Amino acid sequence: MTQWSRICAVSDIPPLGARVAEVAGIAIAVFRTADDRVFALRDRCPHKGGPLSQGIVHGEQVTCPLHGWVIGLGDGAAEAPDAGCTARYEVQVVDGEVWLDVTPRPAADVPSRSADLTKSGERPQPRSVVSGG
Amino acid sequence: MHKQRLVVVGNGMAGGRTLEELLKYAPDLYDITVFGAEPLPNYNRILLSPVLCGEQTLPEIILNDLLWYERHGIRLHLSSKVVKLDRTARRVVSADGTVADYDRLLLATGSQPVILPLPGKELEGVITYRDAQDTHRMIEAAARFPDAVVIGGGLLGLEAANGLKARGMKVTVVHLMPWLMERQLDPAAAQLLRQSLEARGIRFLLEAKTQAILGDSQGRACAVQLADGQQLPAQLVVMAVGIRPNTELAESARLHCNRGIVVNDTMQTFDPRIYAVGECVSHRGVAYGLVAPLFEMAKVAANHLAQYGIGRYGGSVPSTRLKVTGIDLFSAGDFQGGAGAEEIVLSDPAAGVYKKLVIRDGKLVGSVMYGDAADGAWYFKLLRDGTNVAQLRPQLMFGDRNLGNGGYQGRERAAGMTDAMEVCGCNGVCKGVIVKAIKEKGLFTLEEVRRHTKASSSCGSCTGLVEQLLAITAGGDYSPAPKAKPLCACTEHTHEEVRRTIREQHLLSADEAMKMMAWRTPNGCARCRPALNYYVLSTWPREAQDDPQSRFINERAHANIQKNGTYSVVPRMWGGSTSAAELRRIADVVDKYQIPTVKITGGQRIDLLGVRKEDLPAVWRDLDMPSGHAYAKALRTVKTCVGSEWCRFGVQDSTRLGIELEHALWRMYAPHKVKLAVSGCPRNCAEAGIKDVGVIAVDSGWEIYVAGNGGTKTEVAQFFAKVESREEVLEYAGAFLQLYREEGHYLERTVHFVARVGLDYCKARVVADRARRKALYERLQFAISEEPDPWKERVAGVARHEFESLRVIPEGEAARQ
Repeated sequence: MTQWSRICAVSDIPPLGARVAEVAGIAIAVFRTADDRVFALRDRCPHKGGPLSQGIVHGEQVTCPLHGWVIGLGDGAAEAPDAGCTARYEVQVVDGEVWLDVTPRPAADVPSRSADLTKSGERPQPRSVVSGG
Repeated sequence: MHKQRLVVVGNGMAGGRTLEELLKYAPDLYDITVFGAEPLPNYNRILLSPVLCGEQTLPEIILNDLLWYERHGIRLHLSSKVVKLDRTARRVVSADGTVADYDRLLLATGSQPVILPLPGKELEGVITYRDAQDTHRMIEAAARFPDAVVIGGGLLGLEAANGLKARGMKVTVVHLMPWLMERQLDPAAAQLLRQSLEARGIRFLLEAKTQAILGDSQGRACAVQLADGQQLPAQLVVMAVGIRPNTELAESARLHCNRGIVVNDTMQTFDPRIYAVGECVSHRGVAYGLVAPLFEMAKVAANHLAQYGIGRYGGSVPSTRLKVTGIDLFSAGDFQGGAGAEEIVLSDPAAGVYKKLVIRDGKLVGSVMYGDAADGAWYFKLLRDGTNVAQLRPQLMFGDRNLGNGGYQGRERAAGMTDAMEVCGCNGVCKGVIVKAIKEKGLFTLEEVRRHTKASSSCGSCTGLVEQLLAITAGGDYSPAPKAKPLCACTEHTHEEVRRTIREQHLLSADEAMKMMAWRTPNGCARCRPALNYYVLSTWPREAQDDPQSRFINERAHANIQKNGTYSVVPRMWGGSTSAAELRRIADVVDKYQIPTVKITGGQRIDLLGVRKEDLPAVWRDLDMPSGHAYAKALRTVKTCVGSEWCRFGVQDSTRLGIELEHALWRMYAPHKVKLAVSGCPRNCAEAGIKDVGVIAVDSGWEIYVAGNGGTKTEVAQFFAKVESREEVLEYAGAFLQLYREEGHYLERTVHFVARVGLDYCKARVVADRARRKALYERLQFAISEEPDPWKERVAGVARHEFESLRVIPEGEAARQ
């Protein structure tokens, strides 16, 4: 089931930075890359639970502030040789607003985005879509 | 457009390693074809000796199996020796008729064993020791025949002799020179080596010349005839008298060769489409027969093939380790000494230990070690880096484990450790784990061990130990970290190059710097971005653009992140002094924000731990005290004793000077954290001896010490200058710190900075040169005088987004807005 919520404007997130959205007690880190794509991951490093939102964002990755694990923004997976994964969330950018589907996706089981779009008919019609995640 | 075609001739270690490096840089650039004369895929030639001894098997020493070639789409022709190179048509042809066209060609044809022109050299049972097939033949012969003669007492000859002995043969080594391994050892070390091999049952005939090999009626060797008439029974004769670069193919194509295929610093031959690496090349007149130089060449060739073209090969200092189990031997550089060189020798023949260090112009230029080579890696590093060892000299012979008085580095000898012993205390990594990773994953470099095991990846104090493990486990494969280390994997440039470019090109942001220096990644990584940001800010104060996103979270949030994601707050207490009013405010803040832990720090201030990030601005507002920068690579504290104001021993007012120093230097960002201390008398209660700058009062003024460290490895600060007035202390300390700010590498503490550039250099700039000192101090003041108090700024609303979480508005509600 998808459940879309508006969380902020893209401009509220610093480029190569992150913000935190709390949903039902779970912290979700929302990242913005240098080219303004937006990704969302559970704000917990698979290593020792460090807040990924506080890390340094580079390319399509974030380096955890606690012990330097590098986590892919797109898949939530730790860069080899480290192994581990954090939950990821679907994000859409519509008219410069960031929308988050607060149901987490396990990294291994990600439905294609187009299928997702057709399911969520109640959402405001996207006019321009810059999507990431 | 079709992909460029790269053809590699030679599938040994040099060819294989170049491909590995190339695939790292540019996995898709070339359509690759490899020719190998041997029937095996790329294997580790160095480990043939353990195979011969029966300690490893051939499959274990394969570096890249057939699957690897397949996975990278590489066409591999095995048992296919290239016999023709047509440079006009850009085509190679192999003995079996295989043809391949190239756009770029890599020659890695290695070397050929020298075969002595002796009567009987063609007899069966007379072999050289070069490849897997030779090894195989030796193993077979050892099973069938009793006697072997090895001609040549060099590295390879001795390894062959040892292996054949281990397989039960009676072995005699015939050597022309007066001592063994004369190219790597001096006579004293060679004598010890000989004794220990003789104890294993190997017989040696030195200064002995082979005249002929005699055969039996079946055409098999049966004896070796020496010049003095002696006959040695031998059904197996191993010629190990040296190698010669294999330049046959290159010469047939009229490529310039001179005892090796002549290459330039980018490993190109005189035909720029053709590269050559490994034992077949002659670089600046030197042909190398060891593996470490070959790895360095591979890196450079791959870099150039990948069209980066920023690597240069500047030649290597070779080092040798004999791969004979139970014999610890290491040799590097110019170990003979001679005119102008000094030697330090430790000789304990009864214990079988011999060490010689050769020093020229205050630098280590060579070393030979026998019986205890545990410090080989350390000496080799000093040698390659050209470190000035004058100050280390009294302890030099005793190894790095005797330097300093704490920390892990080399304290235990890696070889003597059990598998369960911990190597890396930060990440809890034991020796066994590291050794296993090196063996199973085929790791060669310190960087690789760090990535796979995390050992040595945190504080780095066990780096020496890990390097030793690499050297022991991977043997000659071990590639010591390159001398000029790139800043991180995003670039080839070193810290120095980056700093210089930022200064020369007037670069004002991390972004600009990455563009100018052609970073490989779009926006760097968590290692280089903070460094670049610091470099632009410290080089161009008030001009450069700070990028908060390039700062580690602590410097972005202006508080220390803790393991549970909360933060700690340390307000500044000048010189460790506080007041009732401040303490009252602190107490109120602790109550109001329910701060769980309050702790006195080692730097004489108070740490409030467990503050929620969103509370930080309010906590700062209520504290109404300046930031203590306890989270930053910046001036932390100036620790003081009470001094002459109260203390009956105090000779100067250390508290007052400490407070003045702290007021002058706070908000000073630096390559790493900076701690100061001021003591009011030589009893030194403020522990100034382990600070970046420590000041100790004497009756007639102040003594200034620098580059101490109380951290991972305790380092005693070194005497820097003696001055009379407080103003002078400020100027000298400030100038020294500005020098460190301008020339230090990011995350390099003063102790390492001073070790790198030399205390004399710092003294020359700061103590001896008044004008420079004043200029340095002025630049420091210019840089920090307008630096704001970050807490005050944030209380006023700067960077508010950093401390606020987002409000989540569910769909229905959002639509109504």
